[in-house]
Amino acid sequence: MALVYQRTQGLLDVPFHYCPGCTHGIVHKLVAEVLVELGLLDSTVGVSPVGCTYNNYEYFACDMQQAAHGRAPAVATGIKRVLPDATVFTYQGDGDLAAIGTAEIVHAAARGEKITTIFVNNAIYGMTSGQMAPTTLLGQVTTTSPFGRDAATQGYPINVCEMLATLRGAVYVERVSVTSIKGIRAAKKAIRKAFLVQKKGLGFSLVEVLSTCPTNWGKSPVESLQWVDSAMTAQYPLGVFRGADLEVET
Amino acid sequence: MGRLSNRILMKGNEAIAEAAIRAGCRHYFGYPITPQTEISHYMAKRMRDVGGVFVQAESEIAAISMVYGAAGAGARAMTTSSSPGISLKQEGFSYIAGAELPCVVVNVERCGPGLGGILPAQGDYFQATKGGGHGDYRNLVLAPASVQELYELTVDAFALADRYRVLCLILADGTLGQMMEPVLYREDDAPRPATKDWATTGTKGQRPHNVITSIYIDPEILETHNLKLQAKYAEIERNEVRCETVGLEGADIVVTAFGTPARIVKNVVRMAADEGIRVGLIRPITLWPFPTKIVAEAAERESVKAFLSVELNAGQMVEDVRLAVNGRKPVHFHGRMGGMLPTQREILDTIRAIVRGEGGK
Repeated sequence: MALVYQRTQGLLDVPFHYCPGCTHGIVHKLVAEVLVELGLLDSTVGVSPVGCTYNNYEYFACDMQQAAHGRAPAVATGIKRVLPDATVFTYQGDGDLAAIGTAEIVHAAARGEKITTIFVNNAIYGMTSGQMAPTTLLGQVTTTSPFGRDAATQGYPINVCEMLATLRGAVYVERVSVTSIKGIRAAKKAIRKAFLVQKKGLGFSLVEVLSTCPTNWGKSPVESLQWVDSAMTAQYPLGVFRGADLEVET
Repeated sequence: MGRLSNRILMKGNEAIAEAAIRAGCRHYFGYPITPQTEISHYMAKRMRDVGGVFVQAESEIAAISMVYGAAGAGARAMTTSSSPGISLKQEGFSYIAGAELPCVVVNVERCGPGLGGILPAQGDYFQATKGGGHGDYRNLVLAPASVQELYELTVDAFALADRYRVLCLILADGTLGQMMEPVLYREDDAPRPATKDWATTGTKGQRPHNVITSIYIDPEILETHNLKLQAKYAEIERNEVRCETVGLEGADIVVTAFGTPARIVKNVVRMAADEGIRVGLIRPITLWPFPTKIVAEAAERESVKAFLSVELNAGQMVEDVRLAVNGRKPVHFHGRMGGMLPTQREILDTIRAIVRGEGGK
């Protein structure tokens, strides 16, 4: 029988610990597949964040470093400056990247560090049980915004792609979602482009992936996907914010 | 810099930077803070000459995190700062200890608390030797007292860090960083381990993936990791204590001091001798591991009537002296803060008072 599909070699044969309906697993798979398809896996060092994916070093087959909360872009900078020919990526959630690690991501992008960031935005702190994140939508109920996020006292969501796209060092910035087959294919294309940008040494690349958290949103997996497509995409429009014209496949 | 025969007149901060480069450090990450900025200035120029990397980080936290990444990738990496910046780095210190990454950090101390002042102090002794970050860990802490020693201990720091996979901290004070003295370069390099097979350099398809981490969710596995770290620290305590002693034979009073105050005390030893008071000096060069045994042995000496710890703080190392003396002799303290240095005269006055039985603090 012809083999038409198999588990990517970029992931170790270890079961994920993620909740039912969480899209981290899809994003992990896409990153791993791209690294294998580009022949980069053996020369890649990934950086794990703090949050639900703190231990994704147990899943990715490449070398991995685990970073303190928010510091992954600085850790990745250190790795890349030692190993300029390696592929270095960070995998970060919205609490890690857009709250405690804001300085690190902004300055890694501003320096044009030749690293790739996979930014998984699910509008909430998942690991610590559903607190308000910088990316939480206005009116969204979380354990620390029990009456819904109120702009008067809790401010407004941060649109990371739009913010980073103002920096010259951030040469490729795109937001995707993984709520449909079409979306997943587009996300993989974006992740591939981000790693090719790094391979060509063009500068900093980031792909934001709108993701789900059924457990902390209090929604079913299907409702969660629908909420990403409606509410989240209204606040965080999909698209390329920097580098739409970059040609990296040649 | 100027040449005096084969010696080179250098500022302390420059000696640190040159020593790091000669020890094979090619990755330096810094953030500006007085009084250690000359290290960054020197590195910014010299790293280009030697094909190394200088990165001015966005913060002290980012700088130590860059060191984490670079050390994890197998490089000899360093960051330097001064007291308030070292406070910010404590997060990274703890993670580096947990992940067992070899690296070198220099603290050219200024005054605290808070923004304090930019003049020399030793108020970070507790932070340096007792923790500072969270969890059970130790940094190997070296305390130079001259520009030559800044140079030599920086070279040694890289070898020690690699040997034990620990953070080696050089605790200098602003006086040492800013003063100029002749330096003789050492010919021997800091020996490197044969391999760093734990480093994340890409699997090259040749081995299973390497992981640098400090998190162990399973309590039994974490306790095993904790015990492994403690065994390593015990080995450092057995092997790496460094200390200079002066005139302990027949001493009436033993003074303990490190860094700049130890230099002042050396003159006091001579002044006291002129008055017939025999003063000995114990100068710890490793603050951790502390030379507990050497202090304890001095406390056993019949001639020794009392101890006096002289520090640029409110009394920090004196606690370790008291633990070592363990009640066998009185332990007094003389300290200055705020960037003030004790004069030889005032230290001598304190010694006289102790001899008269009036005691110090």
